[in-house]
This record gives sequence, structure tokens and C-alpha cells, in this order.
Amino acid sequence: MSIDTTTAAKVAKLARIRVDDEDLPALAQDFNAILGFIEQLGELDVDDVEPMTSVTPMRLPRREDVVTDGGQQAKILANAPDAREGFFAVPKVVE
Amino acid sequence: MTDLNALTIAEARDALRKGEVTSVELTEACLKAIEGADALGAVVHKTPEIARQRAAAADARIRAGDAPSMCGIPVGIKDLFCTEGVASQAGSKILEGFRPEYESTVSAQLRDAGAVMLGKLNMDEFAMGSSNETSVYGNAVNPWRAGNSEAALTPGGSSGGSAAAVAADLCLGATGTDTGGSIRQPAAFTGTVGLKPTYGRCSRWGIVAFASSLDQAGPMTRTVRDAAIMGAAMMGHDPKDSTSADLPVPDFEAMLTGDIRGKVIGIPGEYRMDGMPGEIETLWTQGIEMLKDAGAELRDITLPHTKYALPTYYVIAPAEASSNLARYDGVRYGYRATLEQGDGVTEMYEKTRAEGFGDEVKRRVMIGTYVLSAGFYDAYYNRARKVRALIKRDFETVFAEGIDAILTPATPSAAFELGQQHVDPVEMYLNDVFTVTVNLAGLPGVAVPTGLDARGLPLGLQLIGRPWEEGELLNTAYALEKAAGFVAKPAKWW
Repeated sequence: MSIDTTTAAKVAKLARIRVDDEDLPALAQDFNAILGFIEQLGELDVDDVEPMTSVTPMRLPRREDVVTDGGQQAKILANAPDAREGFFAVPKVVE
Repeated sequence: MTDLNALTIAEARDALRKGEVTSVELTEACLKAIEGADALGAVVHKTPEIARQRAAAADARIRAGDAPSMCGIPVGIKDLFCTEGVASQAGSKILEGFRPEYESTVSAQLRDAGAVMLGKLNMDEFAMGSSNETSVYGNAVNPWRAGNSEAALTPGGSSGGSAAAVAADLCLGATGTDTGGSIRQPAAFTGTVGLKPTYGRCSRWGIVAFASSLDQAGPMTRTVRDAAIMGAAMMGHDPKDSTSADLPVPDFEAMLTGDIRGKVIGIPGEYRMDGMPGEIETLWTQGIEMLKDAGAELRDITLPHTKYALPTYYVIAPAEASSNLARYDGVRYGYRATLEQGDGVTEMYEKTRAEGFGDEVKRRVMIGTYVLSAGFYDAYYNRARKVRALIKRDFETVFAEGIDAILTPATPSAAFELGQQHVDPVEMYLNDVFTVTVNLAGLPGVAVPTGLDARGLPLGLQLIGRPWEEGELLNTAYALEKAAGFVAKPAKWW
């Protein structure tokens, strides 16, 4: 299938990456090249195959549901582009 | 005597223990080599103060008789590893200014073993690339040149800085990471040894995530013995990574006997690609002969789903990347775009990610978003996970039939020139054609330099082993290394 600029714009929106209108045709072309390459997977019959969930057969480890870490507010905020009064600061979310 | 910075890890360790050299001396030699090697673009954040401090501490430890193998050994750390208080940007603008408050498990294990961090090494942005050209720092350059040409060649990618630094004797070993070939391809391009361990051997905690089901850290060194020493120091169980294997790490170095008599080595017909350069074909044939001469039994095998590995990878890796890289939103760390009056939180995300990510990263995040989006999830993502199961089954079948290891070329060519225009992104992806199957199946793989091409550039072969049998694999690699007798070094031009 072929990706048009409308689909490319929609994907960019979903990925939260701003793409200027004039760059959409080139982006759509890249998508088509990559998806064309991926299309080969359609040649295989995979009806009876279980999709892989873990490359090493394993059960996820479990532990007691208790607090093991915390109290590191300063460290967590240390790299924030904008931190105020112990919080991450962002532009207005609700008008 | 060899320059101190050109010693192997094993040589340096032995000299340190005998008191013939100090870690401070080794470290100063490396720092001097790094100072003179800016043209290679390999070291992107230098940490001489940390290095000198750790070297002095290592010397004290060695004098006290408490010296693990890596104690006092100067190493470089790929920029993908979070290092406490030291810039860790994954080669991306979006992590500009990020100084982690914590240390990755792998680099912490090296640090605690006494290894000396010299600095952070260049890489493709978020490890997405095969030529180190997507880095925000600019290209890393291969210390090797073709004949008399002065053209700058790629050291490969994504661990290009690590490969260049090890090949140019800027450090004794370096950490790399490998999602589709990012340790083995650069190792092959620079005449060095690169080991990708079994998935789960090295903790992924504190390593900037690209594709979590494929990512694996490993050592990049000048010899197989060094890969055994450094690799063992990097591996081990870590409760902070739920996919980390709770298995003991054997003494790999002790397993290097070079005796591979009776071992069965598989040669997969599917790796004989159309249009493969004659030199690669010859290299492979020579490798087969070397292992045969060493007493191994060579057997033709079939891995029928090989041709589907790259397309599978280019669904799974971008899908996981789109999810992993969602965290770069301009809120918690790194870069935030300058906003205009009236911009809300959505504009902040969109502008930050547009300005902070490079083109290849954006491309992959968006491809991943697409294959995971409603209506396409089954057609692309689930189908790829099913094909991945078939690729893994191919390997399980041959191992069950008695194959101990598989020998293939490491790359489809020698190092190529930097700055070539790639119209089609898929063209660059083909670099990983021989290595990517190993990540999809979670297996250990190692690239060993075994020859030079007609222009004097290094070429490598890859050995693939059974899961968790890095020791056996390294021993076969050791036999191949001994037989190949690769000793060439790049002539210093930088």
C-alpha cells in the first residue's frame, strides 16, 4: 500500500513530531520505501505461528509489592528544563 | 616496548600485577593519545579528572593485592550508557545537557572492578545508524584508510566511536551496544573484536533504550582474550532489569584453550548473498579452511528465513523505538524547544521532538508509530513477531542437530566512505544483513578480524553461538584469531 501526504501528516501527529507541509512529500516517499521493504513479510504463511513475546523463554520475575526506592525529588528534578517548587513545569495544558 | 596505550587488556593487567607499570601511567598514555586524536571524532566527552582519580585508586588497590582483571585498565564508554554526573546524550541533541544522577549497571560494574573511564564515545543518534553519521557530535572517522587515499572512511555504526577509539589505541577497550549489528559491524570495519552477548547477559539498566527486546551491551577490544576479560566484567544478573538472566558468568578467559577439535561449525547457504563481493566470499572460504585445519567439522546448514530478518527488524526495532523514545518530551530532561506566545503542551512536544531528533531517528519513530497504529498492528507488528519466532526456530533447529557455532561474514563490504548520499534509507539498512538475525534470535555473536582487502582495509568474520555459551563461542573465535594471525594496524595520520 502507498502512503500519501495526508497519512504522513497523521503519523507525524501521532508521533508528536512537527513536520512542515513542504517536507511531507519526502517523508511519505521514505515511508513508502521502508514499507515496500517490509512488505516481503507478507510472502510467509504465519497462521499457525505464535508471535514472539520474549526471545528467551522466561517468566517475569516477581517481588513483594513494597516500596523499595524513593525520596529522590531533587535528583529527579535535577535535569528538568523547567522545574519550580518541586514540580516539573510545563506550558498551560487546559485553556 | 609497545606504547602503553597500545597494550592489550591482558598485557596491561599482567604488567600491572607485576608492578611493571601503573594505572596512572597507562591512563596518562591514553589521555595523551586522546588529546592528539580529535580528528577521529571518537571521544565526545573527555573525563580526564575522573580518569586520573580512578587510576590512582586502582593503583592503590593493586598494591593492596585486591585487583580484579579490569582493575586499572583505561576504557572508553559509549555515549549510550548513563554515567553519573557525566554528559550522556546518546549522540542526540534532545539529551543536550543531560547529566544522569545515576550510573548504568554495566558501567558501574566496570567502575567497581577498578576500570578507568577516559570519556564518552561517539555513536549514531540513539544507536540508529550503521556509519556514525547520524550523531549530533558529527562523524566518527575510521583510523584506517584505503591504500594511499585520504578519503575519510566510516568506522561503522552505531558504536563507531568505540571501534575507532579501540583501533586507534586511544583506550584498551570500550563498551558498545548492539541492536542489529552495532558492535559487530564497526568491529569488522576497524580490525577489532566485538562481542554481542546472549540477550539478557548484560543488564540494560541505565543504557538509553532503543529497541528493548534486541538491545545488548558488549565489549569492543583488540583481541578475543580481551573480549573474554572485559565481557565477563560487564555481564551478570541485575534485579533492576527484568530481562537480565540469573545465571552465573563463567571465567571465559580460562576457557580459551584454542582447542576446537570435533566442534561442528555450520555454514549457512542463505548467507551467500547475490552480488556479494568476491573478497568477502574469499574471506569466508579462508575462515572455513582455518577452522577445518584446527580440527573442527564444517557442515552446510540452512537457515531458511534469513531473507526475512531485515524486514522483520525494520518493523520490530522502530516499533519499540517509537515507544521508548516517547519519553523525550521536553519535560523531564534534555532539550526543550523555545515556545511562542500561546503555545500549549502539544506544541511543546511537537516542536521539542522536531528540533531535538535527527532525521533518521524521526523516520524510525514515525515508522514505528505507523506499524503500531490501529488497523496496521496485526498486518505489520504482529506478523513481524511471528516471523521473528520462525527466525529463532531456524537457529534452534540447527543447534538441535548438533551445530556448535555458525560462521558467516560480519559485513557485506569493507568500510565505506563517509558522506555518500543515500537516497534510499533501506540501502544503509543492508549493512546489518549478516548480523541482525542474531539479535532477533537473542544469540551471542562475535566479529573477529581475519584479513585485509585489496586496498588494505580490515575485514571480519562472524561466529554465532548457542545461547549462554559465550565461553565456547569465544574459544572458537580464539582459534580463528590464532589461525588468521591478524596483526595489521592502521598507519597513524591523525
